[in-house]
Amino acid sequence: MLTKLHGQKNLQLVLGLLIGILFGFLLQKGGVTDYNVIIGQLLLTDFTVLRIMLSASITGMLGVHLLRSLGLAQLHPKPGSLGATVLGGLIFGAGFAVLGYCPGTVAGAVGQGALDALFGGVVGILIGSGIFAALYPRLQRSVLRIGEFGELTLPEALRVTNAWVLVIPVALALTLLLWLLENAGF
Amino acid sequence: MDWLMMERWSPYAVGIGIGILSWFAFLLSDKPIGCSTAYARTSGMIERLVRGDRVLKKEYYQKFEPVVDWEWMLVVGVVIGAFIAAQLSGAFHLLWVPSRWAASFGPSPVLRWFVALVGGVLMGLGARWAGGCTSGHGISGTLQLAVSSWLAVICFFIGGIATAMLIFHVLI
Repeated sequence: MLTKLHGQKNLQLVLGLLIGILFGFLLQKGGVTDYNVIIGQLLLTDFTVLRIMLSASITGMLGVHLLRSLGLAQLHPKPGSLGATVLGGLIFGAGFAVLGYCPGTVAGAVGQGALDALFGGVVGILIGSGIFAALYPRLQRSVLRIGEFGELTLPEALRVTNAWVLVIPVALALTLLLWLLENAGF
Repeated sequence: MDWLMMERWSPYAVGIGIGILSWFAFLLSDKPIGCSTAYARTSGMIERLVRGDRVLKKEYYQKFEPVVDWEWMLVVGVVIGAFIAAQLSGAFHLLWVPSRWAASFGPSPVLRWFVALVGGVLMGLGARWAGGCTSGHGISGTLQLAVSSWLAVICFFIGGIATAMLIFHVLI
């Protein structure tokens, strides 16, 4: 691993900015910084969002696991619990549909001139994050603890020691899903 | 260089591009691409400006310090990158009410602003509750085969599809 590079604080901030610029560029060119495209996905009339997410996940999955096998990267799976992930995920989903952007694409929408994204979306997300920070001590001792499973990965959950045994079939299954989507006429 | 001026790229090209970008995020920065933590940090920074340093004692801000970090810079980068992309294709324009919204709920900017604000609050709350968003869980988490992320992204879409159907097919 490039630990020396990872420790260079200012250079890392520049790298974050550069990766963000490329990410924002791609999101805009993909059309997902547009409210209509995101709502179209949630109304199941436009599958652009799913196409982008799945092809990004497949590509990322193969490359990141290869880097890991070469000793050049380590995984950072997020911890989870039923109370946090399921409940939070459903609240997020409701917000996703009401706002019509997500935290990444709302920033991209601002970049292409969407004022509802800036004054509604960004301001709202900041307020919502603040509310969560205020509620956190109470939630942390109650609902977020329900059904905790920690920083678990699928290979660990299924007791597979070699991650590739799952990476390859999952990548293939997701590719098949994209192929089916394309051929079903979506 | 015509492709840089194109308004839309193939979703597969974009997805593969984002996937490759995630390799570099892991390799060069030891970080998965994500966005929602940056909003939590910003919210803490704003609260600190108003209420002073005691904000730093909040349990949540001990965990996610309200400072500019790699991911915060990434979100700033997203605004810049999308601006450049939109400028190149001529897609940049100031807009209050998206057309799909206007078709169902009319052209009022105030109504759209208010609903977007409510949606943003729900999203900010939900993203921190679930510990990530469509990028952190949806792309970076699923590619790591994280159990939390697969579960989260399924719930994002269940909640999202149900709510969108309610708004556009039941309410109207």
